[in-house]
Amino acid sequence: MPKVTIDGKEIEVEAGTNLIEAARRLGIEIPHYCYHPGLSIAGVCRLCMVDIEKTPRPTIACNTQAADGMVVHTQSDRVIETRKSIMEFHLVNHPLDCPVCDQAGECWLQIYYMKHGLYDPRMVDEKVHKPKAVPLGPNVILDAERCILCSRCVRFCDEITKTGELGIFHRGDHSELGLFPGADLENKYAGNVVDICPVGALTDRDFRFQVRVWYLDTAKSICPGCARGCNIEIHVNRRRPHHAEGRRLARLKPRFNADVNKWWMCDEGRYGYKFVDDPDRLTVPWRREGEAVAELTWDEAVAATADALGRAAPDGVGIIASPKLANEDLFAVRRLVRRLGVTRVGFRVPPAAPGYEDDFLIRADKNPNTRGAELIGLDGDVAAILADAGTRRLSCLVVFGHDLFDSAWSESRVAEALRGPATVIFVGSNGNRTSAAAHYVLPAATWAERDGTFTNFQGRVQRFRTAMEPLAGTLPEWDIVGRLLSAVGDPPAATRPVHWFRDLADAVPAFAGLTYQTIGDTGAMIADRAHDTGAPTADRAREAPA
Amino acid sequence: MAETILMRNFGWPQSHTLAVYREHGGYRAWDKARAMEAAALVDEVKKSNLRGLGGAGFPTGTKWSFIPKNHTGPVYLVVNADEGEPGTFKDRYLLERDPHALIEGMLIAARAIRSVLGFIYVRGEYVEPWQRLSAAVREAYDAGYLGQGFDIVVHRGAGAYICGEETGLISSLEGKKGWPKVKPPFPAIKGAFAQPTIVNNVETLCCVPPIIERGAAWFAGLGTKTQGGTRMYSVSGRVQRPGVYEAPVSVTLRQLIYEHAGGVSATGRLKGVVPGGGSAAILTADEIDVTMDVDGLKAAGSMIGSAGVVVMDESASIPEALMVLARFYAHESCGQCTPCRESTGWIYKMVHRIVEGHGRKDDLDTILDVARRGAGTTICAFYDGAVGPYISYIEKFRPEFEALIRK
Repeated sequence: MPKVTIDGKEIEVEAGTNLIEAARRLGIEIPHYCYHPGLSIAGVCRLCMVDIEKTPRPTIACNTQAADGMVVHTQSDRVIETRKSIMEFHLVNHPLDCPVCDQAGECWLQIYYMKHGLYDPRMVDEKVHKPKAVPLGPNVILDAERCILCSRCVRFCDEITKTGELGIFHRGDHSELGLFPGADLENKYAGNVVDICPVGALTDRDFRFQVRVWYLDTAKSICPGCARGCNIEIHVNRRRPHHAEGRRLARLKPRFNADVNKWWMCDEGRYGYKFVDDPDRLTVPWRREGEAVAELTWDEAVAATADALGRAAPDGVGIIASPKLANEDLFAVRRLVRRLGVTRVGFRVPPAAPGYEDDFLIRADKNPNTRGAELIGLDGDVAAILADAGTRRLSCLVVFGHDLFDSAWSESRVAEALRGPATVIFVGSNGNRTSAAAHYVLPAATWAERDGTFTNFQGRVQRFRTAMEPLAGTLPEWDIVGRLLSAVGDPPAATRPVHWFRDLADAVPAFAGLTYQTIGDTGAMIADRAHDTGAPTADRAREAPA
Repeated sequence: MAETILMRNFGWPQSHTLAVYREHGGYRAWDKARAMEAAALVDEVKKSNLRGLGGAGFPTGTKWSFIPKNHTGPVYLVVNADEGEPGTFKDRYLLERDPHALIEGMLIAARAIRSVLGFIYVRGEYVEPWQRLSAAVREAYDAGYLGQGFDIVVHRGAGAYICGEETGLISSLEGKKGWPKVKPPFPAIKGAFAQPTIVNNVETLCCVPPIIERGAAWFAGLGTKTQGGTRMYSVSGRVQRPGVYEAPVSVTLRQLIYEHAGGVSATGRLKGVVPGGGSAAILTADEIDVTMDVDGLKAAGSMIGSAGVVVMDESASIPEALMVLARFYAHESCGQCTPCRESTGWIYKMVHRIVEGHGRKDDLDTILDVARRGAGTTICAFYDGAVGPYISYIEKFRPEFEALIRK
């Protein structure tokens, strides 16, 4: 493996590693725009110049592979001057409209100008004008004047989605990013071009003008949209509640994970968060008798539902858990099942239509934790539960989150099942036709409002963290089930998800040895993980760049 | 006048036809080359000191020797007939008047680099040259020179100057936008369609048959120590007899202007000369005692480039000439990499403003600084070519610019 010296520090890297990555491992940042570790080398922004001993002039680091004995300087006077020049060229025709630009605050023109530019502006002529506010598709909008033509978005559509909607048209300083005739940027991963755009050229139609980015708080999380479990960041607007009409969750951004989603996420997941701040959120426990709905305190609700569960014979209780629940919640459900001696438990509700799937990230299973629910042992015949409910063999039915009407089952069959039991309890975050038909509704926090773990289809257990407080009146499912457990006579339940997980790891062999610490930010495989040594790979050593 | 080699057939009626070409010794070099090993051909061309006549002046035999020896896939020979350098029109003459010389040169080159397929990329505006060339290729097929282990595809460009840059040409040939490629890899390793590729200029390949026929030593002896042969100089501007002149590369610029082209016309007083196409630094009237070979002009701070000689007399406005060139570079910059894309337009705006009488005190220094800062930072040589005139026109004729700014 070649050994290079960068700014006096030596490092050995795998053959083929370029100088940007080699330097990154030494903690040295070589500024760049067009280079992206997930895309081919373009070499067009010319910002990543470094000095290599025995070469006559600065060389681009992105297209230079580390070679044995190579001596590289990233801070020579010549390199510093070159960077300053390149920054000036990048900004010659840039509109400098930061005050009205959504990218301001996370713009690499701003960041690198402060770090590497700081020249006195000399451009006094009229700048080149190009199209502004051009919708490229349902989710992305283009300001061609802000574009620095790094071609990351073009390469993304050519190389990752292979849909090729984007091109750079015209020549010279009239070069312009745009759509090929007849094309629309509507591939299933289009939102990623906004993430990889280093400037304010491509912005997100969903997010733009909602809140300035410096007001956002972030939390590491997992996308709940399908069984892939793409690693994400949740960005929350806590500080300016009057912006964005009070919506707290501002946007989701992919977070690098070499083994799950690399740098990317799909648009369905990216924009699938709206339920968190939706007006249909359930925020108070209630009891419905006929048409009359009575709000309850949590103590009243827990007492009443525990009573219904306790009074029912064990074979008169059906529990439909959800593969959208966290491992911690599912383990709490399992404890409840065992405490009550319930045998009718399951979680698989057949979807109304088969889920879309591709050979990249998107999985047909639109649940983040099917694997967890299987491993925890809640797999049972849900159709049979439904049938038993419909034929009045159940006196108490508990449904977690599902809208049973939105399934492959017929309306009449579901309606009949919900009419059968004396007590139907719904636990979930958002109202739906099933919750409307329930006798008791226990409002739950969403994944964004709490800690927990999901087990993805690969068997990777991944943590998601609290991005914001649960909506007043809601509780995480582990807490709701924990309270029910206490009410039916179980010893006091764990009061933090980390403790629920500890109990889970003790009880379920697949999770043995795992802790929140070992799972960390990028997840850990369940016990059958011999194939995954956890050893560092080239991908793992990389971090998501600019 | 010395013997002409490249233009030897131009005087015959129907010189572009196979019959006339053969009548005057055409394809004899190919007959000789067929009996030679590839390595011997490369060696012969190396010894001839033939250097690329398209612009960069790279030793041709050395370039050929870069093809990987162990490559098992196809190797391509690409002819750069995208003659677009301002002030250059010599390849046009060859394509129109002696296309078989190019085909014969290609046959020999293809044997030397073990290529079975050649592409000729013809400038889009060159309609007649393309017609003549296509007819010649058909004749060569009919006569069995082509199609027996070597084929030629004639491809027309669409009008972009950058497609004359060898990797821009390759991109265009591949059906992509004519953007130059980042190097490495160089075309000899990974060129057209990701295969080893040699790109040679029309005139360069036309030198090859005489070299094989008459020997490397003869060819080398025609030129200087570092460059063999003769070449074709396109002389235009304020001269009595503009045109294409063939001369040994050791000819001086003064000889070309005053002996070949009949001296300066109009005012009769020489002001400046562009010696090697638009991208070469301008020379003043005092700087024309320079030999017109690659190293002679390099030593004089300019370059021979494509040997397009543009003569300006005292009636020419240097700022206006620079404005025209600056507009050309701004218009033709492909826009792929930042320094060239942004500064060619910026510099044009500044020069234009000066010519229009709105120059600012700092403009000249800004242009010089911007040009120097961008030089050497780009993917291809286009911008370095633009920098030649930017800097030399202002440095050598600064009072003329300042006079416009003071107004």
